[in-house]
This record gives sequence, structure tokens and C-alpha cells, in this order.
Amino acid sequence: MRQLIFAFCIGLFPFAANAVEPDEMLTDPVLEQRAREISKDLRCVVCQNQDIDSSNAGVARDLRLLVRERLVVGDSDAEVIEYIRARYGDYVLLKPPLEPATYALWFAPIAFVLIGVFVGGGLLMSRRKQEAFEDLGSEDENTVSEILRQNEAGDAS
Amino acid sequence: MKRLIAGLPFIAAVIFGVFFLWGLNPDRDPNEIPSVLISQPAPAFDLDPVPGLETPGLARSDLVGNERPVVVNVFASWCVPCRAEHAVLTRFVEREGMRLFGINYKDKPEDAVKWLNDLGNPYERIGSDLSGRTGIEWGLSGVPETFIVDGDGTVLFRYVGPVVGPDAVERFTQALKQAGALPKGAAS
Repeated sequence: MRQLIFAFCIGLFPFAANAVEPDEMLTDPVLEQRAREISKDLRCVVCQNQDIDSSNAGVARDLRLLVRERLVVGDSDAEVIEYIRARYGDYVLLKPPLEPATYALWFAPIAFVLIGVFVGGGLLMSRRKQEAFEDLGSEDENTVSEILRQNEAGDAS
Repeated sequence: MKRLIAGLPFIAAVIFGVFFLWGLNPDRDPNEIPSVLISQPAPAFDLDPVPGLETPGLARSDLVGNERPVVVNVFASWCVPCRAEHAVLTRFVEREGMRLFGINYKDKPEDAVKWLNDLGNPYERIGSDLSGRTGIEWGLSGVPETFIVDGDGTVLFRYVGPVVGPDAVERFTQALKQAGALPKGAAS
């Protein structure tokens, strides 16, 4: 029974799909941590919606090793990413860089929100204005008060 | 104003429709990765020959200073499509006078030797890329991949996947002709 509970508890732990194998890891925990962070921002070129950190593809493994190699040589995080980018292009970056070609990508959501606010807001304002300023003419006013008075009289009887 | 707003759903539908039409285009390959190498100098590399093979190794300097553009093909004996592509490349070499260099990608030398002995060896030079590091230098995403490199070492063309089937062969032939990689007066 105790074993069963233990097994159940283990099952509760969310095990991350981990592709980094022990023989790839660096002995320096700081460098290894940096390598993991960099790997999470690099796209696997074979299985394209995965980062290389969680991909089991051969090329992804090679790239992970390369990232670690560059770190050991003394590259900064940005230099490592630039090294890979020079060979595979912007395509390997999971976060697209901010440059003229990607302005539409970065600013379109903001633009859409602004358009939505302006159009929606303008629409609401114009409607509210109409309600506020539309006055009944004196003739209508008289008719309404006449009807009201009649109703009241009817209720009283 | 009201008309404009009434038309908004229609406009939105048209925009989405065009987007879906673009996405449904059967010629569009979502897996295609744009290469950064095109019109760029070929990467530096220096590979030893495959042990047990007479063919010499391959380095970047072998790609430079050639009279005509040459073709670099990345292959491996474990790659099944490469087997089909091998026949196509051999035909280009024998009939059209294409110059072909090979990068043997992450392959056991004895397997590569056996593979080439079985199928024939159309390669002038073959570099053995055991670690796959040269593959990364070329921006490789898988095997086979084929590049056309100009005499000054500039990469002119990249073909991802096997050059097999009429469409692929046609595209590749066009690229070879455009690059001037085939000698004039070759039978074709």
C-alpha cells in the first residue's frame, strides 16, 4: 500500500520532457544553466516548433553541444546566439528580433488594440450623445403628459 | 459611418479568406527554412577523407578557383533518400559534366565505403564529417542537401532534400544552367 501511494505521488510530479543527456552537460553549473537558457531560445531546425533544449533530433543535440562549446571558450550569451544565427538565420530564434522586417509582427497587435479602442469608443460616444441631446418637441411632450395623466386617473378609479 | 461598420465583418472575412487561400496553396512548403548562405561565401571547413577510400578529402579551398561552379552534396549511407538521389547525381556527373563534391555526414567510414562500392562513386572529393560540425557550418537541417558553389566560393543555390522526381530534377537543372555549372555543348 505504501509503495502504491509512493508511486502515485511520483506520478504527480510534472516531469519535463528532457532531451539534454547527462554526457552533454557541463560540469560548471553556472555555465550549464546559461546553456539551458540559451537553448530554450533556439529553434530546432528539424522539428520546427520545439526549442533545441527539449528536442531529441540529432541536429538539436549538435547545436546544444555547440552552445556549450562556445560558452566554455568564453563567449557571452549574445555571442553564442549570434554564432548560431550567422549559420541558420533569424529562423532559429524563437523570439524574433525587432527590426524593420518584423515591425508588422511586433506592432500589429498594438495597432489593432488602438484601432479597436478608437472605433469602439467613438461608436459608444456618438450613441450616448444622441441619447443625451435628443429632446422631445413640445407637442410630443404634451401628448406624453396627457397619456400619463390619463393613466394615473385610470389607476385611481 | 454605419455603412462602414456594417461592412467590417465582410472586410475581415475577405482578409481571412486571402490568408487561408495562401495557406492552402499546395506549392507552399511550411517546412522550408530560408537559407542565409545564398549569395554568401561558403563556410570555412577542412575535412579529412573517408578512411578506406581513395577519394581525397574536402576543404573550402577545393571549392574556390574552379573554372565552373561546382556542386557540394551532403550525404550519408544511413540516409535512405540519398540512395535514390545518388542515381540522379551520378547521371548529372556522367552525362552533363557536372562536378560533384561530397560531404559524408555523420557516417561510419566502413558503411560509407560499402555504400559507395555498391552504388558507384561519382564524387571527385569526399570529406568525412563525423561530428556534424561542418554540417552546422553549412546550416544543414538534414540530409541530403545540395549546394551549388561559384568559382569564387559564393554559394549560389541550395536544395534541401533529395533531388529526386521530375519537379526536383527540373529545378536543379535550371539552377545548374543558371549558375553555368554545366559545360557548354554537354549532352542534355
